Amino acid sequence: MSYMKMLTAGCTALAISAGGAFAQDAETKVIGVSIPAATHGWAGGMNFHAQQTVKRLEEVYPQLDFVLATASDPGKQVNDIEDMVATRGIDALVVLPFESDPLTPPVQAVAESGVWVTVVDRGLSVEGISDLYVAGDNPGFGRVSGEYMVSMMPEGGKIVVLRGIPTTIDNERVDGFKAAIEGSGIEIIDMEHGNWNRDDSFDVMQDFLSKHEQIDAVWASDDDMAVGVLAAIDAAGRDDVKFVLGGAGMKEMVKRVMDGDTMIPADVTYPPSMIATAIEMTAVGLTSNAPVSGTFTIGSVLITPENAAQFYYPDSPF
Amino acid sequence: MMTSETTAAKPRWALPSMSVLGPVIALVVLVVIGTMLNSNFLSAANITNVLARSAFIGIIAVGMTFVITAGGLDLSVGSMAAFIAGLMILVMNAALPSLGVGVPIILLGMAVALLAGIIAGLINGFLITTLGIEAFIVTLGTMGIYRSLVTWMADGGTLSLDFGLRTFYRPVYFDGIFGISWPIIVFALAVIVGEILMSRARFGRHCAATGSNEHVAHYSNVNVNRTRLYTYAMLGLLVGVATIMYVPRLGSASASTGVLWELEAIAAVIIGGTILKGGFGRVWGTVIGVLILSMIDNILNLTDLVSPYLNGTIQGVIIILAVILQREAKAKS
Repeated sequence: MSYMKMLTAGCTALAISAGGAFAQDAETKVIGVSIPAATHGWAGGMNFHAQQTVKRLEEVYPQLDFVLATASDPGKQVNDIEDMVATRGIDALVVLPFESDPLTPPVQAVAESGVWVTVVDRGLSVEGISDLYVAGDNPGFGRVSGEYMVSMMPEGGKIVVLRGIPTTIDNERVDGFKAAIEGSGIEIIDMEHGNWNRDDSFDVMQDFLSKHEQIDAVWASDDDMAVGVLAAIDAAGRDDVKFVLGGAGMKEMVKRVMDGDTMIPADVTYPPSMIATAIEMTAVGLTSNAPVSGTFTIGSVLITPENAAQFYYPDSPF
Repeated sequence: MMTSETTAAKPRWALPSMSVLGPVIALVVLVVIGTMLNSNFLSAANITNVLARSAFIGIIAVGMTFVITAGGLDLSVGSMAAFIAGLMILVMNAALPSLGVGVPIILLGMAVALLAGIIAGLINGFLITTLGIEAFIVTLGTMGIYRSLVTWMADGGTLSLDFGLRTFYRPVYFDGIFGISWPIIVFALAVIVGEILMSRARFGRHCAATGSNEHVAHYSNVNVNRTRLYTYAMLGLLVGVATIMYVPRLGSASASTGVLWELEAIAAVIIGGTILKGGFGRVWGTVIGVLILSMIDNILNLTDLVSPYLNGTIQGVIIILAVILQREAKAKS
C-alpha cells in the first residue's frame, strides 16, 4: 500500500513536472511529505487527508510538485527523507515523525541544507530545527476530556481509564486528564493500556467489569478503544456504566454523538487532518510572501450533538 | 527427536513424566494465584471471558502444532486472519443488497473464510514444499503481503460489517448452548479432532516422522512434501475458522487486527511441549500453553500488583519458566 501510494504520488508528480517543464522550468518547487503508514485508524485518516490535500494543491499550484512517502517504521522514514533530498531535490519537507528521537538528526541535516522544514504533531527532540511546527495539543486533549467528565459527573463517581501505547503522547494526555479532574470527586479506580486497539481494549474492559462491581463511566481516550469498550459492556449486560468518552473524532463515533447516543454523549478531537494544515501552510509559504514560520497549535475541541455535524467527514476512512 | 523416541519407548500407562506435568503445574499455579488475588477470578463470567478470548489463538495454535511438528513454521497466521476477516466483511457487505440479513449471508461469509484460509495455506505450503523455499522466508513474505492487503482493502482505516448484519451475526461469538459460548465449543472441537489426528491417526505419525528426520521418513514411504502441504492447508483452514469466530465480536477488521497472533500461537505450542525443531507434537499441551498465555493477561488486568508497563516482563518470565520446568524434568528423567 505504502509503496503503491508513493509510486502513484511520484508518478503524478512526474507527470505534472513533465507537463509543466516547457512552461516554467526553473520555477517548479518540490515539497516532500513524509508520514507514518496507515497502521491504525488515526494514521489511516491522516493518510487520507494527506493524499486529498496533495491532490488538491497540485491543481491549485501548477508550480508545485509533491512527493508523498509513507513509512512503516522510523528507519524507513529516515530512508524516505534521505531519498527525497538526494533524488528529488526537495525545497520543503513536511514530516510527521514516527518517533521524535530517531528522526531528529536526519531532519536536522535536511534543515541545515537549507530546505524548509515543517514538523507535524510530534515535535523533534531538539528545538529550533523546524521552520513551522503544526502541533497537536495532547495535554489539552486530556484536559478537555477531564473537564467534560467533571461536567457530566458533578457529584463525582468511579471511572476506569484505558490508555494508549506507552508513549509521551499518552503520558501527556493522561496527565492533562488527571489535572482536570483533580478535586472533583471523580476517582480513577483502574487504569490499563488498551494500546489504541479495539481487541486489546475489549479484553481489558471485560476484565475491569469482572473486577469492579460499580463503574460509573469510562474514559476510553480513543475512539477505536471506545468501540472495544462498548462491545465489552454490551456483552456483560451491565447498566451501571453511564457513558464512554472516546477521543480523536472517528466518523462512526461522531455520527453517534450527532444521533444523540446516550452511551457516546461527546467526543474530543485530535484531528488527523492536521497534516492538511501543515501541507497547506507550507505551500502558502513557498508560493507567497505570507509569513508562515512559527508554531501553530491545533486545539482539541469537544464534539457535542450541537456541533457534531462540522466534524463529520463521511468519505474519510477514519 | 529424542523425546519422540523416549516417549514412544515408554509403556503407555506409566505415570506421567515431569515433561508432561510441567505445563499443567504452571497452569495450576496460575489458577491458584489468580484465585488468591481476586475472588472474581473463578467466576463463571470470567472463566467464559478467558476461554472465549483464547479461542482465536487456540484454534490457530492447534494447526500450528501440526506445522511445527512436521518441521515447519508459519509466521503469516496473524496477518492471514486479518486479511480473511477483511475479505469476509467486504463480501458480506457486498452481498447484503441481494441476500438480505439472514442465515444464507452468514453461511456465505463462513464459506469465504474457510475457502480463503485453505487457499492461503496451500499457497504457503506450495511455495515451501514444491518450490523448496525456507518456511521462515515464505511465511515472512506472506505475512507482509496479507498485512498490507488488509490495510489496502480498508483504505488505511477500518472495515466494518453492516450494523444490521453484525447484530444478526453477533450471537456466534457471544451466545452458545448450555451456557458454554460458541467460540469455546469450536475451540474444544478443534482440539479434540486435532488430538485424535495427532496421537491416533496416520497423519499425526507422518507429521512427527517428517519433522523428526525428513530422509528417514521419505525412505519409510512417507510422502514428506504432501504431509507438509497438508499441515499448512489445515492451519489455513483453522485460521479461517478462528476468523469466523472473531468477526462477530467487534464486527470490524483493520491493519491492527491479529497483530502478533503468530508469535502467541508459536509460544503456546512450544510452552505446551511441542519441539520447535519438529518431530514431536502435543495438541493438548498447546491448549495448556494458550490458557497460560491468556490467563497471565487476565490476572494482570484483575490486580494492581504490578505496573502495567511491566506486563510484558511478567509474560516473558512465565513463558521461559514454563519451558525451563519441562527441560529440567526431561534432564532428570
